[in-house]
Amino acid sequence: MSATDKLLDVQHVTVEFRIGGLVGGSLLVAVNDVSFSLDEDRPEIFTLAGESGSGKTTLSRLLLRDLEPTRGKVLFEGRDLATIRKRSEFKEFMKKVQPVFQNPFETFSPLRRVDAYLFDTALNFGMAPNHRAAAQVVEDALRNVGLSLEEVSKRYPHELSGGQTQRVSVARALISQPKLILADEPVSMVDASLRMEIVNLFRELRDEQKVSVIYITHDLATAYYISDRIGIMLRGFIVESGPVDDVLVRPFHPYTKLLKESVPEPAPKGRETWAKSITLGTTEVKEYGRVGCKFAGRCPQVMDICREVDPPDVQVERRMVKCYLYTEHAERLSPG
Amino acid sequence: MTLLHVENLCAYYQTELYGISRTVRAVDGVSFELFPNEIYGVAGESSCGKTTLIKVISGNVKPPLKVISGSVEFQFGSYGVDMLHISKEELRRNVRWKQISYVMQGSMSVLNPVRKIIKTFEDIVDTHDQITDKKKFLEQARDHVNRLGLPTEVLNCYPHQLSGGMRQRVAIALATVFEPSLIITDEPTTALDVVVQRGVLQMIKNIQAISRNTVLLVTHDMAVHANVADRVMIMYAGRIAEEAPTETIFNASLHPYTQHLIHSLPMIGERSDKAGLRGSPPNLANPPSGCRFHERCPFVMDICRTEIPEMVSVREQHRVACHLVKENTL
Repeated sequence: MSATDKLLDVQHVTVEFRIGGLVGGSLLVAVNDVSFSLDEDRPEIFTLAGESGSGKTTLSRLLLRDLEPTRGKVLFEGRDLATIRKRSEFKEFMKKVQPVFQNPFETFSPLRRVDAYLFDTALNFGMAPNHRAAAQVVEDALRNVGLSLEEVSKRYPHELSGGQTQRVSVARALISQPKLILADEPVSMVDASLRMEIVNLFRELRDEQKVSVIYITHDLATAYYISDRIGIMLRGFIVESGPVDDVLVRPFHPYTKLLKESVPEPAPKGRETWAKSITLGTTEVKEYGRVGCKFAGRCPQVMDICREVDPPDVQVERRMVKCYLYTEHAERLSPG
Repeated sequence: MTLLHVENLCAYYQTELYGISRTVRAVDGVSFELFPNEIYGVAGESSCGKTTLIKVISGNVKPPLKVISGSVEFQFGSYGVDMLHISKEELRRNVRWKQISYVMQGSMSVLNPVRKIIKTFEDIVDTHDQITDKKKFLEQARDHVNRLGLPTEVLNCYPHQLSGGMRQRVAIALATVFEPSLIITDEPTTALDVVVQRGVLQMIKNIQAISRNTVLLVTHDMAVHANVADRVMIMYAGRIAEEAPTETIFNASLHPYTQHLIHSLPMIGERSDKAGLRGSPPNLANPPSGCRFHERCPFVMDICRTEIPEMVSVREQHRVACHLVKENTL
């Protein structure tokens, strides 16, 4: 497959942060040798899931070119993001990749009307020559999220509900007609009764507007509900990735199994298994600094080799698993 | 025997600024009882009055919050307390932390970032129960932390050295030093991820099982209630919509709001279409007339717009406030 078939191609990226003072200090690998790709012609929702501190947000900053990888490459439509230097080129890039953030009330300044953001975006990206023409563009974007300009014009963020504000922020992202939307925990701050409408919105965008979505979340239940493929992150690694029906229904990696088990089922019948006690990682840095598999300290099926060398990516059926448990049964993709 | 009896409680936020007065009816006519040795869940969306209810119960009423009417009465064994008329001194000396303790959402803000955990322990114990023998106190603190399954090293750590889940568990350990009769937890796991959430909730359950006290668990996450609570109260816009044992809430709920909350939850392995609820939660400064849910209710009738539904006992321990139910039972 040539690189041009891919909308987004992440190739073995690693991001390292140096923590500590001038002398000494340690290296924190926030994203570790991560690869995945999205196809150009087949819009899909790809979920990145994991605990807090697993590197989800660092990875999303990388994809928005807010951060440069220490090693590896991120290709968007075949072009390496690191080669984007000119402001005009960056603008072209931002037109195609748009973010949606976690807290809708922090996205917009409380002192500014929300429609001002929509018009600014339309004018800045040259989607309309003047304010009057921009109104049409804004109206179209709002209609895609089930709102109208009439409802939001002259309104401040506090005058809208959380669900509405979040929809406005999705509408803002849609104005430049992007090919990819990066949604970082878009529903975690939205009320339960409004959450599903935002989640459904992403599904509609994929099916009707042909927009690909990278959905970053820690909520596996909504991830299962909307996404096509999923990548489970742990301490910088993607430990398991593949079609959501495979990974979440029949998880292979011990960590994914633990994650799935820990999702409280919204029915009292599963109480017994859920109450089985588990071991938690005590401190953040301890697991990041671990040599070999980051899950080795908590894994019920840990082997000696797990503590020595990083496990390789193993292809099992339609998914990729980063675990020694599966190395014997499948061909090795890349040596550890 | 009841531990807490709340009767027709109304608590409003009243502000007057430049001659404009505003009343937010955060808790409006709430009655319920807590019994010893149970986990009682309170569920509801943001701004439905959950936190205000806790503030009143724990004796934290400060302007602009005002208790308009009702009563909050505790019975700790032979020691009875009228929460709305208790003096500050008595509250501090005998009730807070000893009988009622409170675990908040952001444990980072409970723990002093420049003091070691053990120092925070010392501060709390010292305010409520003078420490005379420091050695004995240290031993007790270590014992207590051990009993809850935490490594004793955490006592010598600063808060930033611990992970989020660990900090939250330390906050729970702090809240249980005096083995209180009631532990109030306000969204204890909202900021945490699923694996850590499970660990923290298991700890709460264990403590409850050992000391047989009462836990008031407030969270908007119905899935947590399903797995932890014995009884659940569903609040909507400052009122109780429904109250029942967990099994009943999930399998035989009668209020349309409860039904929506449960049916809208996505599950792994099942992908039927889930819809959001139309409209948005009402503004409590100007709540809708009649049933506060009527603007969003799929089964709305004429009577709902004008008349406030009464609380109806359907069967033992199951109460609902909905005109639909009233019609069916009469």
